[in-house]
Amino acid sequence: MEKRRSIGLRAAAIGVLLAFGAAADPAMKPQAADNADAGKIVIDNFAFEPSTLTVSAGTVLTWLNEDDAPHTVVGTDAESPIQSPPLDSGERYSVALAKPGTYRYFCSLHPHMTGTVIVEQRF
Amino acid sequence: MSSTIDDDMSKGKLNRRTLLRCAAWGGAGVVWALKGGVPTALSLIDAAAAAEGPSLAFVQISDSHIGFNKDANPDPNGTLAAAMEKVRALPNRGGLFMLHTGDVSHLSKPEELATAQQIIGVSGLDVHYVPGEHDVLIDHGSDFFARFNGAPDRKWYSFDALGAHFVALVNVLDFRAGGLGRLGDEQLEWLEKDLRGRSASTPLVIFTHMPLWNAYPEWGWGTDDSAQALSYVKRFGSVTVLNGHVHQVLQKVEGHVSFHTAMSTAFPQPAPGTAPSPGPLKVPAETLRSMLGVREITQVRGHGSLAVVDRTLA
Repeated sequence: MEKRRSIGLRAAAIGVLLAFGAAADPAMKPQAADNADAGKIVIDNFAFEPSTLTVSAGTVLTWLNEDDAPHTVVGTDAESPIQSPPLDSGERYSVALAKPGTYRYFCSLHPHMTGTVIVEQRF
Repeated sequence: MSSTIDDDMSKGKLNRRTLLRCAAWGGAGVVWALKGGVPTALSLIDAAAAAEGPSLAFVQISDSHIGFNKDANPDPNGTLAAAMEKVRALPNRGGLFMLHTGDVSHLSKPEELATAQQIIGVSGLDVHYVPGEHDVLIDHGSDFFARFNGAPDRKWYSFDALGAHFVALVNVLDFRAGGLGRLGDEQLEWLEKDLRGRSASTPLVIFTHMPLWNAYPEWGWGTDDSAQALSYVKRFGSVTVLNGHVHQVLQKVEGHVSFHTAMSTAFPQPAPGTAPSPGPLKVPAETLRSMLGVREITQVRGHGSLAVVDRTLA
């Protein structure tokens, strides 16, 4: 369990670094501290919950696999910043999306599992 | 019941109703005989009593999920080894070979694939593999293909054995969001070429991971472009499609094509629609092995036909 958690956190750190590296906006900071659950998506029973989530730009999104099967979180667009490694039960993946827009994703092991994240401009 | 079937068979008029009754036997073991493209069902006893008895032709195993470590089976290595003991105990092993219809590993890790290969090696048989979606999580399965198919880019292939033409198809690469399994245009083109010019009387055995019919699309149990593939095999008199993925025996007959999904060697999955999701089915430890199994495919002598027998590890 300890090992899993460290892998999850490492993935989260890499995800955040990648997202912010790409955004090239050092002033923008993750919003996780404002509301820890704002960007949380649970994977269970071969489904993403909530299947559509709206967040403000820069919010850290975290997918937590609470299912008893491995899943992935992969953007439908080849250029999508949402690209998780395989997540075994109990593992998580995080990414922050700096650019407003609609991001569709699916599980590349079970493609009937789909979800959407809508990122809105921060005011 | 079997005498009725015997009567029907001797009159050569086995009908759909009889077939469905046979399919319902489930645990007792059903033999599906494919003669001249028309599937007929025999009880195990009938098959054993056939003139010289059926001769074992090849074995199918599926969904070994090496690396799985959840409650549904904390020891998939042990149950795969038990399956291999079953195979080792089979009589008349000369020329026997095996198909593995995918999800060899749980997370595509090199050590999982190596462990599976080592345990399966105990069978002493040649094994022909196709990957499941769990085997292609890293680098599109290049490690799987290199290890089991001889080259990282050797994905689908065919070979001739037992007077039949065997075709290995891969329907777990390049999934589309919201879709089912997928063969893809490149593979479909290859399949059409591979079958072109072959005699329609050649029995075909197609093996792949996900079902090639819509077994239960709500759980993703099907292949989006399977209709295209099946259109290429229509003219053949006898087509047997073997797959895994759903961890239970499901059978369907459509014209000259019979579909058979196999049990897993690792853990069962719920029957379609009977649970919130197709995740691993937890059963009491003492009943687990009665829901895992290996499949034997025999040639019924004098019938010129193939028969499929599912046996549990219990």
